[in-house]
Amino acid sequence: MPAPRIWRHSNRGPVNVLLASHYNYWIVIALMMIGLYMVIAQGNLVKKIIGLNIFQTSVFIFYISVGKVDGAGAPILSAGETLYSNPLPHVLILTAIVVGIATTALALALTIRIKRAYGSIEERDIQAAEDKQDRATPPLPVGQEQ
Amino acid sequence: MELLLDIALLALLLITAISIAGIKDLLAAAMLAGIYGLLSAGFFMTMGAVDVAFTEAAVGAGISPLLIVLTLALCGRQQRGDRQRAMLALFLVLPVGALLIVATHDMPAFGAADAPAQMHVAPHYIQQSMAEIGIPNIVTSVLASYRGYDTFGEVVVIFTAGLGVLSLLMRSQGIDEPTVEPAPNAQSRDIVLRVIAKVLIAPIMLYALYVQFHGEYGPGGGFQAGVIFAVGFILYGLVFGLDAVRRVASHGLVQFLSAVGVLIYGSVGLLSLASGKSFLDYSALASNPVSGQHIGIIAIELGVGITVAAVMIMIFYLFAAQLRLQPRGPSLTPDHQGTDAGTAHLASQQQGAG
Repeated sequence: MPAPRIWRHSNRGPVNVLLASHYNYWIVIALMMIGLYMVIAQGNLVKKIIGLNIFQTSVFIFYISVGKVDGAGAPILSAGETLYSNPLPHVLILTAIVVGIATTALALALTIRIKRAYGSIEERDIQAAEDKQDRATPPLPVGQEQ
Repeated sequence: MELLLDIALLALLLITAISIAGIKDLLAAAMLAGIYGLLSAGFFMTMGAVDVAFTEAAVGAGISPLLIVLTLALCGRQQRGDRQRAMLALFLVLPVGALLIVATHDMPAFGAADAPAQMHVAPHYIQQSMAEIGIPNIVTSVLASYRGYDTFGEVVVIFTAGLGVLSLLMRSQGIDEPTVEPAPNAQSRDIVLRVIAKVLIAPIMLYALYVQFHGEYGPGGGFQAGVIFAVGFILYGLVFGLDAVRRVASHGLVQFLSAVGVLIYGSVGLLSLASGKSFLDYSALASNPVSGQHIGIIAIELGVGITVAAVMIMIFYLFAAQLRLQPRGPSLTPDHQGTDAGTAHLASQQQGAG
């Protein structure tokens, strides 16, 4: 069915209409950009992973905000209740959170191994160690580097 | 009122995120990440997403900061800044953010009941799930039955990530090593912690089981129960030491269980395939399709709970075991003092009663 073009702004005054109707999206974008900034600007691998987590949470907040319906309760059927929030985003984000922590753990485990191999988790140190290694030994064929 | 709460919680989230980005001490960043997780759990609660709030409270405020702190104990807590790169990142991030904010102009208003997201499959789930599945919690119906394939895939991803952590950290985990000698005074220093932990662990486990088996009627289910259950074990491990918790659930058992959960889920699918219906079509499990759905959902939620709990506990074991192997010799990095301090702090937490 065609989506209606004009959105209903409930009964709020004209001044806070835009704030009330778009505030969540703005915060989501701000959080997402903070996460992106951390991934680009920080050389420390743990800090990068925390940045990725912030980015990820901003997407969670976006999905949950999209699923919210004004005046609706939690999507658990009960007598006398007719309006429910959208259950689908809840399902997607619920599983995404648990998958997210499992993959974060994988990233942190990789960081620990990088620390063991290079003695540092700062990108510049790792790059410097790599360059030194490259100069010292001729490059090995792919698949044979330890 | 609801709007004010929404604005306040999101503003706090933004402030926390900015301080995480700005702070140089990584341990402080990990702690702030815990606050960030708790705030987002509160936000999900105000949005009516009770199942999500559960999970985020256990994961975002509990397990995730803990794993970061364990990593910091091994890798050092100081980071170096890089002004040039920070400027470059700002130049990239600010225009992207501005463009995205302009794009929100076309978004439907927050909370609108006629937004496209509310028009697609959600009305079917809300109106028909009672007749088709027969359980009140729509989130569980969608998760376990309508989108059963999807959830199966996610459980397999969690299992695979657990395998990845295992293969990265297993080589040097030293399961059979004896405990490091307990620090003097650990006994008296941690007494409050140990008493509180003992009081808390039983209710945490009981609550996890309630969340697991009541997930069809109230908020809850396998994912939430799995993480809450794992948090109980992790608390025990943190306060009483890794060896004490391994006596309760050995490393091998946890590895085994993480695969068992996936197998339970998969075999429910195969069972329905064997009785002539599609994969994961639970109506094949009983003569009455609705009771078939009930049986199927209980079985796969159990599988999900077992895998999630086992993988989380296994990840904790592997990370905590790394602390014992930490070489005490001079580190190559300039921040080795921070490393040693972090290790000592965590080791004192690890030992406890021993």
